[in-house]
Amino acid sequence: MAKLSASRILNNPAYRQLIKKRDTLAWTLTACVLVLYFGFVLMVAFAPEILTHPISDTSVIPVGMLVGVGVILGSIVLTGVYVQQANNRFDPMIEEIMRDASK
Amino acid sequence: MKTATKSLFSFLASAALLAAGTALAQGAPAPAPAEPPLNLHAIAMFVIFVAITLGITYWAAMRTKTATDFYAAGRGITGLQNGLAIAGDYMSAASFLGIAALVYMNGFYGLIYSVGWLVGWPIILFLIAERLRNLGKFTYADVASFRLQQGPVRTMAAIGSLIVVIWYLIGQAVGAGQLLHTLVPQISYQISIVIVGALIIIYVTFGGMKATTWVQIIKAGLLLGGATLMAIGVMVHEGFSFEKLFADAVADHPKHLQIMQSVVPIGAKANPIESISLGLTLMFGTAGLPHILMRFFTVTDAKAARKSVLYGTCFIGYFYILTFIIGFGAIVLVANNPEYVADLSKSVLALKGGGSMPAVYLSHALGGDFFLGFIAAVAFATILAVVSGLTLAGASALSHDIYASVIKKGKSTEAEEVRVSKLCVVALGIIAILLGIAFEKQNVAYIVALTFSIAACANFPILVLSVFWRGLTTRGAVVGGYVGIFGSIGLLIIGPTVWTKVMGMGPAIFPYDFPTFFVLPAVLIVSYVVSVTDRSASGQNEREAFEAQEIRSETGLGAEMAVAH
Repeated sequence: MAKLSASRILNNPAYRQLIKKRDTLAWTLTACVLVLYFGFVLMVAFAPEILTHPISDTSVIPVGMLVGVGVILGSIVLTGVYVQQANNRFDPMIEEIMRDASK
Repeated sequence: MKTATKSLFSFLASAALLAAGTALAQGAPAPAPAEPPLNLHAIAMFVIFVAITLGITYWAAMRTKTATDFYAAGRGITGLQNGLAIAGDYMSAASFLGIAALVYMNGFYGLIYSVGWLVGWPIILFLIAERLRNLGKFTYADVASFRLQQGPVRTMAAIGSLIVVIWYLIGQAVGAGQLLHTLVPQISYQISIVIVGALIIIYVTFGGMKATTWVQIIKAGLLLGGATLMAIGVMVHEGFSFEKLFADAVADHPKHLQIMQSVVPIGAKANPIESISLGLTLMFGTAGLPHILMRFFTVTDAKAARKSVLYGTCFIGYFYILTFIIGFGAIVLVANNPEYVADLSKSVLALKGGGSMPAVYLSHALGGDFFLGFIAAVAFATILAVVSGLTLAGASALSHDIYASVIKKGKSTEAEEVRVSKLCVVALGIIAILLGIAFEKQNVAYIVALTFSIAACANFPILVLSVFWRGLTTRGAVVGGYVGIFGSIGLLIIGPTVWTKVMGMGPAIFPYDFPTFFVLPAVLIVSYVVSVTDRSASGQNEREAFEAQEIRSETGLGAEMAVAH
């Protein structure tokens, strides 16, 4: 039974579509987090003066503090984007594929 | 008001000391003036927390019948519950007290660390959380070995897990001993560790993953609540102005504006490769910690796994922003304060009781003995929750991977496996107590680097390769995994922390504290080359088995079901 539905899933073009779309999203978002975080880390490593510059002449707050908090918030937002996409786009696709396989 | 509370407190404390009827009280009716007061608030709150968690353990024990109950809480945990438990499992006392202390000493630099500790979470969500839930049963080795040879891959994965778990346990045990002993000096370092070890053994052997999960959920609630109150207290003191908070901190800190302008620990030299290596270690290490990965087997389905990471990431990110405020608050309220500083004439930063105390004293500065007691109990709860998760992860690697799959080759019953698991919990608890005591005076600064490096260089890449890359074979996974484990250990031993500081062998052979920058690429290359050149028939079968694995991984077809009670 499981084997039968597995071969039906494999032959279903919607399944290939699902994997392609979801993997594209997952690796794109992974790349975004890597760029976001390692952008920050590389600035720490090679251009700390950008980060340590105060946000204004009258302030002691360095730019890097906003960037750091921005990376944290950005990570949370990207996490939210994935969950939203998975709930609204991919779950219905999986349900469809499973319905098809159990016919 | 404050003096009244204090005199009441000291009255209660001396009354308690007398009532205790200890040898000390009998031998010397008037306690020596050097004897620090008994921290009654902290003890009362420890006791309440322990009573509640033991009640939960009893409740959980009544409902823990099968192996799935024991290892995975019956797979009945919801997304929100698991999100809190993830936060409770991950936010250790080291990150609460440690990051606050790092900010207290170095200012802005502490934030760079916090960011690194958060960014592993999106990676876990995008690449592994749902696939773990779909493919695995109880341990991440289930997933890594899904279509590969069980014996060699599980052995490698279990060795990676156990090294991470045991060293992480040592770090937590030493932290617990020092913290409890500092807060309640009447309890010795050794007794503190024995208390922690004994509680863990009770929680985990009787209540399994259900008790562990609820201890973590309660701890997460307490820690987030406590940290929120502290941050609000700081902001009230600073008139809700971040500008004023940071300006006051710059004025009060002996290094002044440097705390806003240093991207390395103050006084250290900038080192680009080390910064990048640290970043890689924190990000991918998070995604390879066995006790964290294990949490994804407790939820009902892949959708709950996904939601739980979103909740967990929000809680953890929020928490790190709070610790940043707390660290700066401590610069304003704790530094320069003769009540907390060990010797003002030497340093206005160095505190009584050691380097991890800024957050604890800040709670006292904000809310007196009562709030100090609360935060101390929260820190204690934090250690118990993290250690429970670690112990269960270590025991499951020993019983589920080594005993049931490698030694018994899958022929043992679930009941036998759980029995072995409980024995392993007791053994790990005792090992943690003994090593915790043995490491009291040791320099344990390398523990984070060690555990996160192995998680980042062995556990994480092999997991991702086995799930995403058709070409991975048993040989590639095993050789790559061991390169990650032993490469990390070897480079750490000849690195500056262990070679120079711990062993005193002179200048380090390998100049970096974090080896991930070199080891992670090596693991990927070795796994690739060994897999590609693997011409064996079994290797070919493993590549062909990828499609069946992918269907289950991507759709959840055939995944372990939640059990209804």
